[in-house]
Amino acid sequence: MNNFFLPAITLWQRELVRFWRQKSRLLGVVLSPLLIWLLIGYGSASLDKFFSGALVLTVMFSAIFSTITIIEDRREGFLLSMLVSPAPRTSLVLGKIAGSATLGWIQGLIFLCFAPMAGVHLDAMEVLPIIAVIFLISFTLTGLGFVIAWKMETTAGFHAIMNLLLLPMWMVSGSLFPVATAQGFVKWLMWINPLTYSISLLNSTLHLPGTWPGAMESLLVTLAFGLGLLLLSGAMAAQKSTKSAA
Amino acid sequence: MISVQNLTHRYGDRVALSNISFEVKKGEIFGLLGPNGGGKSTLFRILSTMMAPTEGTVSLAGHDVVRDPASVRRNIGVVFQTQSLDKALTVEENLRAQGHLHGLRGADLASRMDAAMEKLNVSDRRKDIVDTLSGGLRRRVEIAKALLHRPQVLLMDEASTGLDPAARRDLSRNVEKLRAEDGVTILLTSHILEEADRCDRLVLLHNGKIVAQGTPPELRSSIGGDVVVLDTDDSQSLAAGITQRFGLQAVTRDGQVRVEIQNGHRFITEVVEAFPGAVQSVGLHKPTLEDVFVRETGAFIE
Repeated sequence: MNNFFLPAITLWQRELVRFWRQKSRLLGVVLSPLLIWLLIGYGSASLDKFFSGALVLTVMFSAIFSTITIIEDRREGFLLSMLVSPAPRTSLVLGKIAGSATLGWIQGLIFLCFAPMAGVHLDAMEVLPIIAVIFLISFTLTGLGFVIAWKMETTAGFHAIMNLLLLPMWMVSGSLFPVATAQGFVKWLMWINPLTYSISLLNSTLHLPGTWPGAMESLLVTLAFGLGLLLLSGAMAAQKSTKSAA
Repeated sequence: MISVQNLTHRYGDRVALSNISFEVKKGEIFGLLGPNGGGKSTLFRILSTMMAPTEGTVSLAGHDVVRDPASVRRNIGVVFQTQSLDKALTVEENLRAQGHLHGLRGADLASRMDAAMEKLNVSDRRKDIVDTLSGGLRRRVEIAKALLHRPQVLLMDEASTGLDPAARRDLSRNVEKLRAEDGVTILLTSHILEEADRCDRLVLLHNGKIVAQGTPPELRSSIGGDVVVLDTDDSQSLAAGITQRFGLQAVTRDGQVRVEIQNGHRFITEVVEAFPGAVQSVGLHKPTLEDVFVRETGAFIE
């Protein structure tokens, strides 16, 4: 077990140390969702409706930032020596995802500090589930980022996916308008979008509007999505390569 | 220590390696020499277990790279052409992380880290962030990192790329020291002749095939005599003229004509007289590995 957890822990730790040494990353990740939230929220006099969406955007940006490094790291970087070490690939995946998820979580928690501006007032016991939910969402989005980044040859490809998949996914997740008022095929998209369940879960725990689907259903879908992505990441990394890229 | 048998690798339809076989003995410094695109990188990726070959068998330290990559990985240290250090971490942190990947920890890891840093002479930089180190120092840290788990085989891919001549010599000395003191078997890829010259044995790779193999003196002596290099304005017609008149094979490159010949000094007078005004300058040297490569392939390494 030592040979499984030691590599995972060291990778997790590495993500945190790197983050601490590049604190400016924090600004980019937290500031732009904050700005989006304040502009849309003030403009429409409904800071509360957009709070969860902006928080998820923060976590998503962090996940993208963390997982995009996989692409370069594999060509030239630390990932190379991981790939030729005897550490199990699954433990490397777990360490990388756990580390990146922790960073997204921390940044999500920083964003949570602005909750009173959205009219959210929580007592100590209510904060705990929220902290857990933010970690779960961060874990899920990091897993999604990993699955996308692992097969990518260039960071440009990742940017394309970000614009064509991740951002639209965020837009039709209940972050900008609730499922209840959605029209036509977009409503269907929202139903099958796992992020919809994440937003709804956050709204439920924060006592904010937009709590469809229900809390339990949302929790289960988000958990299943996160776990599925983790397993997929592990399977992808364990695959033997015969191609020119690592 | 390293055995490659009938190795062939294809990327789709493109053949990157074609029926490669060679053996490396324990404690040897073995070189893969060839131009970029000749198949060295593909071979290196297969040896380092990063990629499975299409056909053939490859084993290191007695373990097959396809059937048992984990055992191979425990016995090899790998220095990549590109940097594999984390630039945001210190030297020490990089080594510790590497140790953890190999399941090393505690006092054992600490003493190995000290020994590896001592050996590569980077102990005084242990607290420095890698990003602040020079290229030569980073290479040394890379090697220290690759040696932490005391591998039997060290694989180095174009390890001297981007180093100045002093750092390059320093690297060669370290490689020699590892072999002498620890009996490490070393396989390196290179397109630099002086580096290849210091190997015990080498193979010359071109278009995915081995075109020659042996010790550097053996390879050089396969060319009997001298190599004459002629600078000229019109290399094509001079080469054709030499072939026609002297019945010799002449190879051209950027305004140069090369000819292999016994008693080159006599040929020089003859050729200058035979083509008055065509030759601008003349050089004569004993055969180098590049000359061997040129003869086998008609192409140049550097």
